[in-house]
Amino acid sequence: MLEVRFHGRGGQGAVVASKVCANACFKAGYYPLAFPQFGVERRGAPVQAFLRIHKPEENLFIRCNIYEPDIIVVLDMTLLEMIDVTEGLKENGKILLNTPQSPENIKFNKNFEVYTVDATQIAVKYKLGSKIQPIVNTAILGALAKIMNIFDMENLSYAIEEEIPYKTEENKKAAEEAFNSIKGI
Amino acid sequence: MGDLKTKKGIKKVLYGNHAVSYGVKVSRAQVISAYPITPQTQVVELLSEMVGKGELDATFVNVESEHSAMAVCIGASITGVRTFTATSAQGLLLMHELLHWAAGDRLPIVMAVINRAVAAPWSIWSDQNDSLSQRDTGWMKIYCESNQEVLDSVILAYKVSEKVFLPSMLVLDAFILSHTAEPVEVPAQEEVDEFLPPLELPHALTPEKPYAIGAVVMPDGPYMELRYKIQKAMEKAIPEIEKACNEFYELFGRKWEFVEEFMMDDADVVLITSGAVSSTVKYTVNEIRKREGKKIGVLRMRILRPFHFEKIRKILSGRKKVIVLDRNISFGLGGIFFNEIRSSLYSVSEKPILLGYIWGLGGRDITPKDVEGVIKDAEKREKDEDIIFWGLKKENINL
Repeated sequence: MLEVRFHGRGGQGAVVASKVCANACFKAGYYPLAFPQFGVERRGAPVQAFLRIHKPEENLFIRCNIYEPDIIVVLDMTLLEMIDVTEGLKENGKILLNTPQSPENIKFNKNFEVYTVDATQIAVKYKLGSKIQPIVNTAILGALAKIMNIFDMENLSYAIEEEIPYKTEENKKAAEEAFNSIKGI
Repeated sequence: MGDLKTKKGIKKVLYGNHAVSYGVKVSRAQVISAYPITPQTQVVELLSEMVGKGELDATFVNVESEHSAMAVCIGASITGVRTFTATSAQGLLLMHELLHWAAGDRLPIVMAVINRAVAAPWSIWSDQNDSLSQRDTGWMKIYCESNQEVLDSVILAYKVSEKVFLPSMLVLDAFILSHTAEPVEVPAQEEVDEFLPPLELPHALTPEKPYAIGAVVMPDGPYMELRYKIQKAMEKAIPEIEKACNEFYELFGRKWEFVEEFMMDDADVVLITSGAVSSTVKYTVNEIRKREGKKIGVLRMRILRPFHFEKIRKILSGRKKVIVLDRNISFGLGGIFFNEIRSSLYSVSEKPILLGYIWGLGGRDITPKDVEGVIKDAEKREKDEDIIFWGLKKENINL
């Protein structure tokens, strides 16, 4: 079992990211459960989404919140000033951040594997959302594919095709570019 | 690649709410009427999209309240068409009067209830009191654990409802199922068509056969006899549900029974659950068995009405301890499932120790730690205890 928590702001696509990621994991033969933070979402407010992935041979699932994730994905760096995004992250857990900075320049109190990708720049390049409010979810998923090592880009492309009816090709390209430009590997 | 083709359909990653919509689609509902309410909204959003795109040949009726939604279903159903609606919490309570009408008119309406806590105070999270407050309306009730079960139960609900002419309510947990995406097989239309033939309502109101429905009856009129017949229909539903579940299993390979028994063969201690939390309970029980070899089992209540007394009695006879976990409460009495289980054990000669836990109200999260905690707490108890609140927060009591 592998647990992932997404942090974003309402409108950035964190909830959709968890669903697309679940679909990509399913296409790779895994059994995923994806769910948003059970609340009332508003544009701009901090939101969380979760993903719990089971190996094909597992057949008993937990249906509760995720408290100690293996991987954390942050779609918006300003959240770091507001909340402890690493809360509950396992020792040596992985954290993926949407930032142009290099992982070496980002320090956390504990020992985590830090990865970065400039998902905002990629989303703006492919005109996903607006310049002020880019939708960064598909770009971040390309980078996540590399970290998780559960699904490949083909799985992700098909998942994007099914889940994202708008600007599908641009979203696929954004994912591909993030896959190739993630730092920290 | 795309969707994964299976022998009997395709597999998709679906939210619980969308699993309901797909279940309704393959059941070929003809009239759908609903009023949106969190967390039910996605169910009818997708259905209206399906109708709009022509994928589902149905009439979608927008209404100004849940009361009207059920009224539309009743009006349509009496003409002999297949009807559907969905709601939650306050919406269901607004429907209450008409739920009695639907059962009293013997209409095979199917409704999805996304279990949500009832106000006051406002809460949109999982809690069974909304559906359980409709317990005595004459509707059959199915409590689901997974999104696959949700989809399959829509089809099964129509099958049984249209055999015994009583409405069915299928119940799924707010967010924990409704907004959770997981893989679900959507059965192919031709397979479902084979299982579920078009509705034939013997008392359908047609221009050729006009008659008055629901008019006043005097005390010596057939009111009491009609109530007797509803009870008989509920009794008939027991073998009909068993038959339908067997037929479904043969066609689709998935077995949904009255109850699910998990690790029950040698279990001295039985945890009784319902709904989505059953997954977490089963997971934890399996872990404890692996680790400590304790003889614990899980009995998941799937169908609450009709209540299968005989089956429950048989399964629980000879067990040492029975722990009923209720995400609901009847104030002044206790857990609702607990009390139904207790009444089913009345005639058992050697009664197990019976413990009733109330947990997870208003969507309070239930984790494997809670399940372990309950099991440990129960080990210490050697006599019956009706109401044990699990997971109360002191800081919330002394506000």
